[in-house]
Formats: sequence, structure tokens, C-alpha cells
Amino acid sequence: MTINQVQDTIINEFSTFEDWMDKYNFLIDLGKELPLIDQKFKKKDYLIEGCQSKVWLHPEYNGQKITFTADSDALITRGIVTLLIKVLSDRTPDEIISSDLYFIDRIGLRQNLSPTRSNGLLSMIRQIKLYALAFQVRSKK
Amino acid sequence: MKDIAEIRADFPLLNRHVYGRQLVYFDNGATTQKPQCVIDAVNEVYTSYNSNIHRGVHALSDKASEEYEKAREKVRSFINASKREEIIFTSGTTGSINGIAFSFGERFIRPGDEIIISHLEHHANIVPWQMMCERKGAKLRIIPINDAGEILFDEYLKLLSGKTKLVAVTQASNALGTILPVREIISAAHSAKVPVLIDGAQGIQHGVVDVTAMDCDFYVFSGHKIYGPTGIGVMYGKEEWLSDLPPYQGGGDMVENVTFEKTTYNELPFKFEAGTMNFAGAIGLGSALDYVLSIGRENIKARERELLHYATEKLSEIKELKIFGSSDKKISVVSFLLNDIHQYDTGMILDKMGIAVRTGTHCAQPVMDRFGIDGTVRASLCFYNTKEEIDILGTGIEKVITMFA
Repeated sequence: MTINQVQDTIINEFSTFEDWMDKYNFLIDLGKELPLIDQKFKKKDYLIEGCQSKVWLHPEYNGQKITFTADSDALITRGIVTLLIKVLSDRTPDEIISSDLYFIDRIGLRQNLSPTRSNGLLSMIRQIKLYALAFQVRSKK
Repeated sequence: MKDIAEIRADFPLLNRHVYGRQLVYFDNGATTQKPQCVIDAVNEVYTSYNSNIHRGVHALSDKASEEYEKAREKVRSFINASKREEIIFTSGTTGSINGIAFSFGERFIRPGDEIIISHLEHHANIVPWQMMCERKGAKLRIIPINDAGEILFDEYLKLLSGKTKLVAVTQASNALGTILPVREIISAAHSAKVPVLIDGAQGIQHGVVDVTAMDCDFYVFSGHKIYGPTGIGVMYGKEEWLSDLPPYQGGGDMVENVTFEKTTYNELPFKFEAGTMNFAGAIGLGSALDYVLSIGRENIKARERELLHYATEKLSEIKELKIFGSSDKKISVVSFLLNDIHQYDTGMILDKMGIAVRTGTHCAQPVMDRFGIDGTVRASLCFYNTKEEIDILGTGIEKVITMFA
């Protein structure tokens, strides 16, 4: 599936929820599917700045695609990271850099999360794109 | 005393709904809501006499200056300072402490000197002193706390020495609620001829503050935490200290005479009020203090004590809940965690139920470190809150526990 196809699937899934409680329960459950970061990467180098709860994110580049693993100490955040990884993991740097993440607004994450949390989300996206940019530069050398 | 329905009717914001639910506002430690009279007072400034203070020769400027100085008198009387010259308006507690830390540092601090603070301080009463210590080669000493979140008074006495130049402590911990024994702290410091600054950000709104009886040398607080507007605060200092300190900001109104060779400073309190002050905020603060007096500070204290007692009992019934800060002398703050549920997860779900609490370190990271935690959920109550709201919080917490179990 393309990035946009995955986004559309997520939007579809979220559209079935009538109230926010279901949405959050779903996010919490989703967090259980997160490809967990190896303990050895769970250190400051991989901690994302700007998140109120802790988020660790590790990229693995095989020369073609980047695979992300992550973790968070808060369960709702873990659910959100899981969504980002569903959309952006196992993609080429070019795909990640040019992606337009419209699903965040469409599933009501941006308005439903507090500004600080929202900033954390933005920091995660920025970090993912920065990794993609770094790998893109490296592969073109 | 007005009954609770009448009190709540004074605060228009308390009626609002969030996410379709009646708001339960338990973030009063961060900022309080404003009674209509404060909103009206600020509104009146801008609709009927807005004009720069202490400058113009015209009617509006006279009126604005007069109201601003009336507000200063209200503050003086509210904290029982002896002179209006001792009341300086600032932007808030943080602004006040930064100002004093700079001026005091410039005037009195030499390499090797020491400043004492407590382990309970808000970052606003840590960082300005660290900055000053760095500038002057001085050292910060910390009064330790016990597991209940109370300072160890004997350890404080041991820290006091010939090197101590200032003690700066909070009246009450914003993170845990502990009320500090400020009178004893001040009297011990004075025996060693050391002045004391009291951070009143979490003290001024919870009872009678009498700086003369307390005998502190400096007392600072924010307007927005005592039902006044944001962006206005107070720095009280005994005249003997304020006369001796250099100003920390230069500009208009704080000068007596300016030439390119030399400037002489205006008298107190204007020496410390450079530039156009937040006069609308000061006037709004004056109105807030009038309001607090109309309710009665003893009444507020009694009501908040009752709410704290009820909240502590109610929340203690929840077996997954642990309260941080168990001193028997507390302001109406309950800081807690639910087993290993992250404070942000808790805060997020409570928010969706219309309950506003604060989560995180509460700008008091050292306190969190002391307890080996990343943060807490803090419900900070005030006299306009109700037992019914505490019950709603209890239900909300049960819901959180079910969701994250």
C-alpha cells in the first residue's frame, strides 16, 4: 500500500467511532502493535525532544527503505507513534520526505490532543523526516 | 459569606462546557479564573480612561495614574506593608524574583557567598538564583525535604552561616502543596542577620498574608493566581532594602534626571518601574483583591481546608492512587499518580471528561527527582470549587483506571 492508501485506511477505521472514548480506547489498543525499539537504543540519542511524554525512535536503513521501531512511556502516545509507523515505516527516504500527513487532521488527532501533545506529535514527524533526509543525502553520495 | 452558587455566579468562565460537559476547573495553582468585577475593571480602563500613567497633563492620564496608585495602595493594605513605596508592580512572580536576584546580586554578592533555597522551589525561584550565582561566583545551598514533602528545619539551620547572604523560599509548594514554616525560617535567618525572600505565588491566595507580622524582607506574587489579570505581579521589599538596591531595568519613568554623562534615579517605588507599566493589569489586580476581601480571607481558608480534606479522603479511597505530599499543613493541592499509569494518559482522559488538571513536573523538576518520578497529576482547588466536582474527579479517575488497566 502507498502512504496515502494507509492513511485512508486509518481514516476509515477512525470514522467508525462515535465518541472520543472509543477513539482513545482504540489508540491504547493500537499501541500494543508497536514494533518495539531494541532496549539498547532506548537512550538519550534516540529520545525525541519536544514530547511531554518520552518517545524513543530508532531508524534502520537498508539502502532502500527505512524501518522504524519506537516506544513511549505513555500509552496514548504509544498509540499515536504506532499510527505514524504504520504510515511511514518501510518507506524510501523520498517517499517519507514528500509525504503529506493529512490523516492526523482527519482523524481529529490534532484538535483532540493538547497543544503540548500536538507539538510532541509534530516533533515525531519532524524527526522521522530528518532521518529520511539524512539517509537520502547519504545514499546519493 | 456568599453561598457557593452566588460565588460561582461571580465567575463567568466556570459555567462553560468543554467537549459537551460541564467544566471542572482544578488547575487553579496554574492560574485562577476571574470574577466579573475584575473583567469589568479592566474593561473600564480601556473603554473609559485608557491613557499612559504619570506622563500626561490631561484628564485621562490623571485618572489612569490615580487608579494605578489606588491599586498600589490596595496591595499595600492587603499584605499590610507599612509604606506604598515598598510596593513595586512587576509582570509577575517570575519577573519579581529575577529583578531582585539581579539587583541584590549586583549590590551584595561576592565570590564564595551563599544563597539558600529549598528543595520545594518552583523553577522561578531556582533559576534566577543560579544565574546570579554564576555571574557572581556564589553558591546555591538547598534545604532538603522528607518523604512527606516537608523541609528539614534542622538541616536549614545547619546551612545558615556567615557566608549566607539571602534565603529565598516558597510559602507553599506548587507541586505538593506543603506550606512552609516561613515565620520560623525568617526568624532563624534574621538571627544570623540574613534577609529572606518569600515566594508568595502559592501563598497569597490561600489566606491572610501580613508581611509586617511575617517580617520577610521581600515578598513576591502574581496577580493571575489571585483572581486578577495575567501579566501583573508584585514585588514587596522593605524600604531599607529597596533604597539600597540598584534598579534592574532602565527606561522611562524610573529616572529623575538623564544626561548622556549621568542618570539619577527616581524615588521609590518608581525607581523599579521602568517603561509603561501594565496599569490596566494593576487596576484589575486591585479589583481582585477587593473581591477576595469581600469574600473574606478566613472564609476562603476555611472553605479550601474543607475541600482539601474531602478531596484527600475521597481520593485516598482509590487503592490504585498514591498522593505525593502528605504534610498536615497544605494548601488545597492534591498531587497524585495512578499505579504505573502515565500522568499524561491520566490528564488526557480527565480532560476529555471536562476535568482540567495539570500534569507533568509543575516546573519543579527537583521535587519530582526527589520522589524518583517524572511527574504527577495535580488537582489544585480553590474556594469556588465544590465537593460535587471532587466526586466527578473521583469518577473520572476510576474511568482512567479501567481504560489503562
